[in-house]
Amino acid sequence: MKLAYWMYMGPAHIGTLRIVSSFKNMHALMHAPLGDDYFNVMNSMLERERDFTPVTTSVVNRHVLAQGSQDRVLNNIRRKDREENPDLIVVTPTCTSSILQEDLKNFIERASISTSSNVLLADVNHYRINEFQAVDKTLQQIVEYFCNSETIIDVQKTEQPSINLIGFVALGFHSTHDYQELQRLLKALNIQINVILPEKCTVEQLKTLPKAWFNIVPYREVGLMTAKYLEKNWGMPYVSTIPLGLVETGKWVKNIESVLNDSPFCKEKVNFTSFVQKQTFFISQAAWFSRSIDCQNLTGKRAVVFGDATHASTITKVLAREMGIFVACAGTYCIHDNLWFTEQIQGFCDEIIITNDHAQICEMIERIDPTAIFGTQMERHVGKRLNIPCGVISSPVHIQNFSLGYRPFLGYEGTNQIADIVYNSFTLGMEDHLLEIFGGHDTKMTLTSQSNTGISWDSESQEELNHIPGFVRKKVQTNTERYAKALGLNIITLETFYSAKEDLEAQRS
Amino acid sequence: MNSSKTSIQFECETGNYHTFCPISCVSWLYQKIEDSFFLVIGTKTCGYFLQNALGVMIFAEPRYAMAELEEGDISAQFNDYNELKRLCHQIKKTRNPSVIFWIGTCTTEIIKMDLEGLAPKIEAEIKCPIIVARANGLDYAFTQGEDTVLAALAQRCNVVPTKEEISGINPNLILFGSLPTNVSKMLTYELTKYEIPIQGWIPTATYRDLPDLTDQTLICGVNPFLNRTATTLMRRKGCKLISAPFPIGPDGTRGWIEAICEAFNIVPKGLVEREKQIWKSLAPYLALLKGKSIFFMGDNLLEISLARFLTRCGMLVIEIGIPYIDKKYQAAELKLLKQTCDFMSVPIPRIVEKPDNFHQIQRLNESKPDITITGMALANPLEARGLNTKWSVEFTFSQIHGFSNARDILELVSRPLRRNENLTQLGWFKLVKDQNDQTVAKV
Repeated sequence: MKLAYWMYMGPAHIGTLRIVSSFKNMHALMHAPLGDDYFNVMNSMLERERDFTPVTTSVVNRHVLAQGSQDRVLNNIRRKDREENPDLIVVTPTCTSSILQEDLKNFIERASISTSSNVLLADVNHYRINEFQAVDKTLQQIVEYFCNSETIIDVQKTEQPSINLIGFVALGFHSTHDYQELQRLLKALNIQINVILPEKCTVEQLKTLPKAWFNIVPYREVGLMTAKYLEKNWGMPYVSTIPLGLVETGKWVKNIESVLNDSPFCKEKVNFTSFVQKQTFFISQAAWFSRSIDCQNLTGKRAVVFGDATHASTITKVLAREMGIFVACAGTYCIHDNLWFTEQIQGFCDEIIITNDHAQICEMIERIDPTAIFGTQMERHVGKRLNIPCGVISSPVHIQNFSLGYRPFLGYEGTNQIADIVYNSFTLGMEDHLLEIFGGHDTKMTLTSQSNTGISWDSESQEELNHIPGFVRKKVQTNTERYAKALGLNIITLETFYSAKEDLEAQRS
Repeated sequence: MNSSKTSIQFECETGNYHTFCPISCVSWLYQKIEDSFFLVIGTKTCGYFLQNALGVMIFAEPRYAMAELEEGDISAQFNDYNELKRLCHQIKKTRNPSVIFWIGTCTTEIIKMDLEGLAPKIEAEIKCPIIVARANGLDYAFTQGEDTVLAALAQRCNVVPTKEEISGINPNLILFGSLPTNVSKMLTYELTKYEIPIQGWIPTATYRDLPDLTDQTLICGVNPFLNRTATTLMRRKGCKLISAPFPIGPDGTRGWIEAICEAFNIVPKGLVEREKQIWKSLAPYLALLKGKSIFFMGDNLLEISLARFLTRCGMLVIEIGIPYIDKKYQAAELKLLKQTCDFMSVPIPRIVEKPDNFHQIQRLNESKPDITITGMALANPLEARGLNTKWSVEFTFSQIHGFSNARDILELVSRPLRRNENLTQLGWFKLVKDQNDQTVAKV
């Protein structure tokens, strides 16, 4: 048993439901007790989904415990088949069914005889895998089900270069904006998109996956298993670079270029070098931002980064490599992918943390005391408590990160968005200088020359204090008085005043 | 009167409906019982639900946590006793609560973890009371979670001998149900006007102040989902239940006070006038709601009381979906519902226990109610199809009891009407594409 207050990743069935509900005309039937259909609430609230979430529950109650649920599951499959007529019903086990150990596979075989829908059992064990692993696994399972040598006999590659874009899934972090951005980019490269998977994808489209020349998997968490399956069984190469940040997006385009040119279907070699250069230098504002004097002031500022493997690794690289920010610690909660993560950010940060215990992250942030945090919803709250600004760069997130406006993280527009988030998270330049000089933020209290600390100011030091701009005067007064008190002084002279300032600066550096 | 036609009919469907898991009760109970700690013994699924359902509250250093079961716990490689003792020691050390509640879940039921057996042993070792409540989704829905906790809490009340007075009868009153402190104070105030001897509430703000019971204690519930608590107090502690409608709406509040006064042989003077006054102040809302139809999909057991009040407000209730009805515990409420329908000359609405959301959506499409009270899973899709909805969960988390909160109920109910009036004029009514309309038609 583990004492837990908060978790970064959901249970496995959430991953399966995210995949199934992303497809068009598929239905998930959970084998779960009443109240476990909380996914429907999240989908309906966070995504502001207009349609009914295609997830129902075959309810496990006392009767099921007593006599097993076979008829119930069978009837519920048949009922969904009749009512909604989906192309596929995915029976989804939960923590409850993992313990009950009923032969769900057998029920499904029996049900599929009498249904026009296809029926599949999601191969996800609650106690073995997490939400992200289930996302990856279920997607691969569905692709394999509809896209194997028995279901597809003849494969005609498309005339023009084309790709499948894999990994856009319900409740994904800025996922809908990301795929619009990549669609735009690929169009500019004259590459057709064969299928976007799984968002709004149909079974008919699934059967055309091998028509594409190759696959693109922009997120580390979704689609790698599918890409590997398609590579092994259909000889399709894939690009798994994450197009986040200028350098990585450039690499992504160049990787696409080399896969295209290596393709046996390639009639005319392509060269995207000038495209990358033009986008980097002039279309995206991020390279120019890095060069501008605004960004200069960020040099060496301390930040910490925490999130899923995709976002935490790439944001760390952007901060360190493209903006000159010192990443004191970077980490991920994707423990299952820690080797890849560690390898990715080697050399871009001072310290690496791999954990899914939020208390540990909290301690790390308190210890490092960074100028800004880039993390999840959880770190945002830690930042609030510690008074450190936080840019949200990864799920888990709340509804405010399902923005209505266009906010991709990937591609060239993504680099602009990230630059804004980073810059706005740090205190702005001039304000920062003033705070540095005067030792802190203004408090609204007006100055009382004789404060209740029992410490008085002589006329010289009082005059000097009055020269301090009003908005930081109180802060300076408090700091100086605290310093004097520590030394056991009752009267503040000019000398005390100056040495207090020096002492404060010494502490800061 | 033709009783066969007008008696209340109950239907029962498949039970395939959306509701919150009963463990959600920790979210309001840990705040109500200030010296408590709630330990939910379950899986990641439970934790994920609590974390998402409770939103920002999770960050305020809550006095609740998950004892997350791992594979070793399920396969009994770890010893439940040692594991729970370790966690409770940790809680005692860091939080020092006066009481620890163990919330049993589906998983502890299925693996038959003997929480009731383990609790007394660990309680003796760590010297902190441990109360076990099985608030799981196998047996209960949403607010019934509070019922299981309060029933377990009621067991801890001491029964003390009655002080013999002149007649040898010395009845007093215990009210049960968790309400925000200002609401319970207000209800207490209403009763003290008629000199009702209130002994206390279950729960109290602190566990240490749990009231004593006597063999003369009368009890009365403030919420319709507390039947197990009532049963426990009656059967295990010898209390007598005052059957009353629930103090929701001015009609319910009056009925509640009247029933209590009657039990104490007191005539509540001025009560009828008080009710009339409240109705008068509600006039602007009543004008807006009169003749409008309403459909309760059912998920929190407040449905009968709310439907009764809204019928009295002049609304037409099409369907009352409800997870579960204890007809004995809700007898007075059901009677008042019938009286209200007769008084307003409307038929008694269809009451559907364990509803089926899919079938309900079909009925919604046929009846096209002006307002649908539903859960968050269905609210947005229904709005997109032009139906006005109100989240049912808001009734659980708002102050709806007593005379002065009647206004708040109507504020909630009428909000979608007030909100959507402008939008309908703009033509923003149905916001799904044709293709989806077909799905609706199919549904």
